Amino acid sequence: MAEYIIKNGHVFDPVQGIKGDKADVAIKDGKIVKDNEVSSKAKAIDAKGKTVMAGAIEIHAHIAGPKVNVGRIYRPEDKLFTYTPKKGNIRMAGGFSIPTTFKTGYEYAKMGYTTAMEAAMPPLFSRHVHEEIRDTPIIDEGAFPVFGNNWFVMEYLKNNEIENTAAYCAWLLRATKGYAIKLVNPGGTEAWAWGLNCLSVNDPVPYFDITPAEIIKGLIEANEYLGLPHSIHIHPNNLGNPGNFTTTLDTLKLAGGYKAKNKFGRDQVMHLTHTQFHSYGGENWGNFESKSKEIMDYVNKSKNITIDTGNVTLDETTTMTADGPFEHHLTELNHLKWANVDVELETAAGVVPYIYSPDIKVCAIQWAIGLELALMAKDPMRCFITTDHPNAGPFTRYPRVIKWLMSAKAREAQIKAFKNSDKVIAATHIAGMDREISLYELAQMTRAGPAKSLGLSGMCGGLKPGMDADVVVYDFSPDKPVANPDQIEAAFSRAAHVFKSGVEVVTNGEVVNNGNKRTIWVNAKVKENPQVMRDIQEKFLKYYSVSQANYESLGHHFVPNPYAIEVDATQ
Amino acid sequence: METVTITMKNPPALYLEADNVSPDKFAGKTGSQIAELHVYEGNTTSTLGKYFEVSGNAGATAADTKIVVKGDVKKVKYLGMKMSDGELVVEGSTDLYAGAWMTGGKLTVTGNVEAFAATGMKGGELTIEGNAGNYLGAAYRGDWRGMSGGRILVKGNAGSDVGMYMLGGEIVINGNVDVHVMTHAEGGKVTIKGNAKSKLGGQLVDGTIIVFGTIDVMMPGFKPVGTVELEVDGAKAKFAHYIGDTGERKKKRKGQIIYGNLYKKI
Repeated sequence: MAEYIIKNGHVFDPVQGIKGDKADVAIKDGKIVKDNEVSSKAKAIDAKGKTVMAGAIEIHAHIAGPKVNVGRIYRPEDKLFTYTPKKGNIRMAGGFSIPTTFKTGYEYAKMGYTTAMEAAMPPLFSRHVHEEIRDTPIIDEGAFPVFGNNWFVMEYLKNNEIENTAAYCAWLLRATKGYAIKLVNPGGTEAWAWGLNCLSVNDPVPYFDITPAEIIKGLIEANEYLGLPHSIHIHPNNLGNPGNFTTTLDTLKLAGGYKAKNKFGRDQVMHLTHTQFHSYGGENWGNFESKSKEIMDYVNKSKNITIDTGNVTLDETTTMTADGPFEHHLTELNHLKWANVDVELETAAGVVPYIYSPDIKVCAIQWAIGLELALMAKDPMRCFITTDHPNAGPFTRYPRVIKWLMSAKAREAQIKAFKNSDKVIAATHIAGMDREISLYELAQMTRAGPAKSLGLSGMCGGLKPGMDADVVVYDFSPDKPVANPDQIEAAFSRAAHVFKSGVEVVTNGEVVNNGNKRTIWVNAKVKENPQVMRDIQEKFLKYYSVSQANYESLGHHFVPNPYAIEVDATQ
Repeated sequence: METVTITMKNPPALYLEADNVSPDKFAGKTGSQIAELHVYEGNTTSTLGKYFEVSGNAGATAADTKIVVKGDVKKVKYLGMKMSDGELVVEGSTDLYAGAWMTGGKLTVTGNVEAFAATGMKGGELTIEGNAGNYLGAAYRGDWRGMSGGRILVKGNAGSDVGMYMLGGEIVINGNVDVHVMTHAEGGKVTIKGNAKSKLGGQLVDGTIIVFGTIDVMMPGFKPVGTVELEVDGAKAKFAHYIGDTGERKKKRKGQIIYGNLYKKI
């Protein structure tokens, strides 16, 4: 493999504590090595006056699988005028909020992202998810199967059978080649099958006689019993409703008293995702207001919690979630087309297009809340930037979100541009905030932080010798004052160089190589558990529409280049 | 106003996508520069000059530019797409998406147009001297934003799904229409001087349909509320008034429920 030495760049690496010092980064055999370990043949990249970071890590996005594809199929208007033709080994690509798999890979790479997590894999359709992951070039990907409304989980946890829950989780992760335990509106999505919902952590789930709180605590215990690399990853109950911050606090409090048990350096036991959608005050849309402070006060003092933001980008986008009842609620609000799917014993999903208009007060307040969460974060290693792609906006807007976070001037200009500027200022904290996220904090929020939370800190998110050579050079000088905040957005939109596992995949903002994409999954070994194996067999015979043999994602077709993380929970 | 004439000399084997044929794209260009503008034939990109003979130069702006299209352009799509000003005359018939998303100016087709003419039209004037195809003034596939402004006149007949998801503006059809008129519409007006078939105003939220001729089958969601005298194009006549679609969600204005209106000449 080619050797590289990236010379004289300003390096930002929280893993080694490097805060913009001039340093060289050397790459050999796909790994970062010490400067003196590359030969004289190493290709030199001049990064003088530029910013050098590890490849960025997407901790939560909806980029592969049936629900994403429903969006693609039923929104031809999202593709209109967006297609670029095939060029060399770069495939035709298009779509805006729900891009093709190829465009997904290319766009992440161009921004310097080298790893991404698909945030909600319906286990029954894991094969579809993996086929799309396979067709998304360059970036390493993992997928989180959803567990929060799973019949097995609810039946075991009703009797507080943590060991059986853990054995089932391990089996499902292996069967679906999944990465982590995801919960979406725990209990509420199952309730939706009965036309109901669970809006608080204490609402009983119909028929199963269990509460969301019991599901959440049970899955935290199962997760730590297994010692998985990531913690439970939760989209809590009551998403998107005025006044829902109390439900969010109730959810966060369930993590109290739990301590992470794993060999991956992860400290948290709960990752709360797209927190923006869960930090709302007020009783209705009229007196809707930000409760970011209440949420961040709790998060800042709780070391066993990590969050991501879910920033609204003020675009026309496509919402999609396994939170079936929420999508029905949304289509009743905006009258746009609605797709709804039930996934047998496991989950459900809904899809509705949405326009976050800067002329609508509520959308502008949502924009403010997302930014406030990041600006109030005391520990950037526990608060990560996402747009919950495509729910709050497409991931291709990360450079714009970064601009807003790094420049108070850019935020001010946007606040002024809102039609209801005064009302937005009154309902939020954003106008008084002068914090500007530094490049080092940005590297924590988009690289080292998500890597640690995912249990991947030994592999990526940093530039320490021995780690994977995922390296990005941005044409952005930390020395010079930023005259126009749009320079920030431009620099982070198109990286000057991106290396994925030592292969240069992007040069001057253009994709030059399709890399060597891997599917990351977790192989958790547990003690033999005949009861769980019998339960699985029985459910397939009795309820599932497919046989067990046709369920699992196996072999080269679905996972052509696997990277399995081994976990041993047999002791 | 400067006039550019493009004449089809070398007809394409496949359908030609000519979204660059608009006063906006021609503005400020000489004839030879216009001949260099790209077109697509299947998956091949080539130039306008490969198919058309270009004569004359464009004006400095779209408003100062008139385009005349001559020859057989039955296999040419997107003529006048997104035009905002100026004039485009198609002497003959053309294919899909004529005047789609146009925001201003004047587009005249002396023959017929195929489906999706004036898709998402926001302003300007479109005159079709022959017949229009399906989905005239409708929304793009999957979209919920149909024609929202401007005026369309069809001197002949129109196909099905006229004004689907229409939000505003006006369509006048001198002849007959096929099924589905103003489906899902939330505004605007469609006047049919000839006869209509069925499914007029299905899921209509708001908007107006006027029919001078016959309607084969009325939608069951429309309710007769009396007769009114209307003045249409300077002539007065009596119409039966229906409101609907009563099966669809309705907006409220000042506490009053707003219905769509359908008027049929008595």
